[in-house]
Amino acid sequence: MSDTIIAIRDLRKIYRVGDVEVAALRGVNLDVQRGEFLAVVGPSGSGKSTLFHILGGLTPPTSGNVYIDGRDLMGMSEAERTNLRKTTVGFVFQKYNLLPTLTAADNIEIARSIARKNGKWDAQFDEILKMLGIKARLHHKPRAMSGGEQQRVAIARAIVNEPAILLADEPTGNLDTENSNTVLSLLRDLNKRLNQTILMITHNPEAAAFADRIVQMRDGRIVS
Amino acid sequence: MINKLVIENLKHRPLRTALTAFTIGMQVMMILTLVGISRGLLADSARRAQGVGADIWVRPPGSSAISFSSAGMPQGILRYFSKQPHVVHVAGMVVHPIGGVNTVTGVDLEEFNRLSGGFRYLDGGPFQGREEVLVDEFYAEQNKKKAGDVIQLLNRPWKIAGVVEAGKLGRLFVPRDTLQELTGNTGKLSQVLLKLDDSKLTDQVVASLKKELPDYQIYSIAEFTSLFTVSNVPGLSAFIGVIIALSIVLGFVVVSLTMYAAVLERTREIGVLKSLGASPGYVVNLLLRETSLLAVIGWITGILLAFGSRWAIRTFVPAYLTQQIVPDWWPIAFGVALTGALLGALYPGVKAARQDAIEALSHE
Ligand SMILES: Nc1ncnc2c1ncn2[C@@H]1O[C@H](COP(=O)(O)OP(=O)(O)OP(=O)(O)O)[C@@H](O)[C@H]1O
Ligand SMILES: [Mg+2]
Repeated sequence: MSDTIIAIRDLRKIYRVGDVEVAALRGVNLDVQRGEFLAVVGPSGSGKSTLFHILGGLTPPTSGNVYIDGRDLMGMSEAERTNLRKTTVGFVFQKYNLLPTLTAADNIEIARSIARKNGKWDAQFDEILKMLGIKARLHHKPRAMSGGEQQRVAIARAIVNEPAILLADEPTGNLDTENSNTVLSLLRDLNKRLNQTILMITHNPEAAAFADRIVQMRDGRIVS
Repeated sequence: MINKLVIENLKHRPLRTALTAFTIGMQVMMILTLVGISRGLLADSARRAQGVGADIWVRPPGSSAISFSSAGMPQGILRYFSKQPHVVHVAGMVVHPIGGVNTVTGVDLEEFNRLSGGFRYLDGGPFQGREEVLVDEFYAEQNKKKAGDVIQLLNRPWKIAGVVEAGKLGRLFVPRDTLQELTGNTGKLSQVLLKLDDSKLTDQVVASLKKELPDYQIYSIAEFTSLFTVSNVPGLSAFIGVIIALSIVLGFVVVSLTMYAAVLERTREIGVLKSLGASPGYVVNLLLRETSLLAVIGWITGILLAFGSRWAIRTFVPAYLTQQIVPDWWPIAFGVALTGALLGALYPGVKAARQDAIEALSHE
């Protein structure tokens, strides 16, 4: 069954910094199937994060077409992109990015409240929390948690609204090998058990090996 | 959930939150205390005016009920009033301001006693000499004075002849002749009080006196005391207005600084919220709630501080000031606190809403 969830055609992104134009993406073409776990690798500055920011609706493309779940991001308004972030994608960053004043549980809840979901999360999500191994840590604030735990909370927060796509930008960049392996195994488990589509940027070939498929970027293009 | 984030954010910086709320509280207290003191003093004056027991008050032409400016009536007018039908007692006096809200009243003791039923002496007794003074109990208590002590008034020493129960007219009384002389008002009066044989006839007598003396200010006691309101004191409403405006400006400045600092400090968190799908409106909403909560805490603090200032006034300066608690001004004070705070949150709010999420997320 082939079910394309992301279709990217000749995507370009030019950043304008004063009078200087920086071409971050120079014609990216990529298809991602629903349920795929894709790793994106490539040298620094090759446009990996830029690609994710566009897929996540954080910044508009300059030209080209990007279809996510059938909707074209090109020409989307600011409000439509906000809605995309709320409903269709979940982000995990290198620096966990939990809200420091809230407990782990509240960090997850705030994502639900932004998506206007009320009440307690369901039993199925409870299972996911168990699988992520953070059930016992839910009432701690980020300060009291290890990096690995914080990243697992960040993953829980990213998927609590059941996004079609999970975008993880160097999710293990700040973690030691042991914690990295835990997080990567968890991502693979989420992918297999929930059929969660995952795109992950990494510099580490061992991390990339957890994915079903690896694409390589260079100079704003996908080279393989 | 959004409220939880608001509260946690405020708790995260307890000192900053407390200082901001306290500053807002000071503005609220300033307003409540100012209005409370104005009302307190006016009510106190009205009560003391009533305490004399006169039915009719006469002021010279061109004066007002509140201000004691001119001694503009010839003393001979007393004889005229005493001949009017139904008038049984007449007392004329000179009232002289001695700084602040305080006055000294020159009375003819015999005349005044007939009309008012006399002072009740808590210490000492009536004047014996020309340069003697009667003080009321609050004045005596606050200044720690008793009969026989000497106080300075109008740049000269006066011996305290007696301490009287408060509640009749003023707090300081001296012989009328002496005060007239010292203030260059020999033979002149600044107010005349009339007592009738039947208080029910007051309005009727006032009407007929007004006909005879069209230039004079003639009031029944009810009418006279009803004039003791904030709006009748020249400049007071304007002064309160200025204080309100200052409070709004102060609130604006303090909250702008606080919220601006908060937005800068939370650049990254705002980026996170945006990456989770929070709209600019959501982020602004968050800041406005935080600001409103600060205003509420500040408002409650201000109300408590106003109770505190009343306590301080009662304890330390009971003779000079009286402060009322003015619950009808609580909503106004809240409006002022909230207006200043929300105006202050405006610029930081716009800055937060416009913040680019990607930049925010790469912010250190
Ligand atoms: N907001 C921006 N404004 C201007 N230029 C930008 C911006 N973001 C990225 N760039 C530029 O675009 C190019 C691609 O950057 P990007 O962050 O996508 O690379 P990357 O592959 O994620 O690199 P890294 O592995 O270091 O994270 C770089 O030259 C970068 O300087
Ligand atoms: Mg990057």
